[in-house]
Amino acid sequence: MTKRSRRIAILAAALALGASAAGLAIVALGRSVAYFYAPSDLAALPSPPGGTIRLGGLVAAGSILHTDDTVRFTVGDGAAEIDVRYRGLLPDLFREGQGVVVEGRLAEDGALDASRVLAKHDESYMPREVAEALKEKGLWREGADPQTP
Amino acid sequence: MLTEFANPEKFERIARIAGPAATVAALACAATGLYFGLVASPPDYQQGDTVRIMYVHVPAAWLALFAYVFIAGASVVGFAWKHPLADVAAKSAAPIGAVFTALALITGSIWGKPMWGAWWAWDARLTSMLILFFLYLGYIAVWEAFEDKGRAARIAAIVATVGVVNVPIIHFSVDHWSSLHQKASVFRSDGPTIDPAMLTPLLIMAAAYMAGFVGLLIASMRNEIAARRLARIEAARPVSEVLLQ
Repeated sequence: MTKRSRRIAILAAALALGASAAGLAIVALGRSVAYFYAPSDLAALPSPPGGTIRLGGLVAAGSILHTDDTVRFTVGDGAAEIDVRYRGLLPDLFREGQGVVVEGRLAEDGALDASRVLAKHDESYMPREVAEALKEKGLWREGADPQTP
Repeated sequence: MLTEFANPEKFERIARIAGPAATVAALACAATGLYFGLVASPPDYQQGDTVRIMYVHVPAAWLALFAYVFIAGASVVGFAWKHPLADVAAKSAAPIGAVFTALALITGSIWGKPMWGAWWAWDARLTSMLILFFLYLGYIAVWEAFEDKGRAARIAAIVATVGVVNVPIIHFSVDHWSSLHQKASVFRSDGPTIDPAMLTPLLIMAAAYMAGFVGLLIASMRNEIAARRLARIEAARPVSEVLLQ
């Protein structure tokens, strides 16, 4: 083994160590790396998680209901839906069909009492006119990809 | 070929022209890109004018990753082939990459507040990007920790090689885990999801950042080479001369 190939081997070993450390961390962290649960993930769990959780999905059409200082809406991912109750300021992008991430606790009745609502932006960028044109042609897909893992 | 460029005289000859040329190109691209990005391009259908933050945020994030890969590559050449100019290149790229990373984090935060409703979220993309920033700081610290530059270069090279595993994690973080950060809009298998009216200024800005990186890198490398030469001259001075000072 020449000195140079020994040095290359040292770097390869360093890279392999780094990669396996990262790989083990990723496997060990598993689901907890995900920022939120989709409604169908929650439905698939054997028992509802306690404590603060995050739920991500689309705000269901026609589900937004403002009463006094509380807003109620439904977050769905096409397979399951969960009702959300929230008091507080909503982000600008919040509306029907929008992808949102809701932070809060699951109540006894299966609804989520939210303490924070974040709007999730999707990866499409276009001028208003293009969006209008797509809507006219019927090619529009409302809302963001809920990114079910 | 490697030994050709190992010669600092030859590097200096090329760098004297290439460095300022890259800086001029960066300024020209930045002026064009900022005009199209901030004035001539349309507002986004959802984000309105906030989309314009993208033109400084996205290229900063790209260059933050590129600079780290560059450091890792230069480190391998410097470590395995004992190429001092590669060590100088790796060392000089680190502060530039760190600044790009900080810029991506800060502009992202400014975008996140009006769009998401939060300055920061501990999702996979934001967290892995913050780790990249710490990797840069660690890498810079290793260089400063050792008096002997050859020794510092060897240890820094190993640190850079271990840290490079974070780069693919950052890139795929938005695909593998559900994250608050949106998925990739440009580097994706089914083509960009950005309208050409917005993609064009973005790519011009990316060229500006890239040229800026090259210009700063060359200037920083020339500084480093000059500093090392000066240190050698200082060290070679006779003791009597030092004592008289």
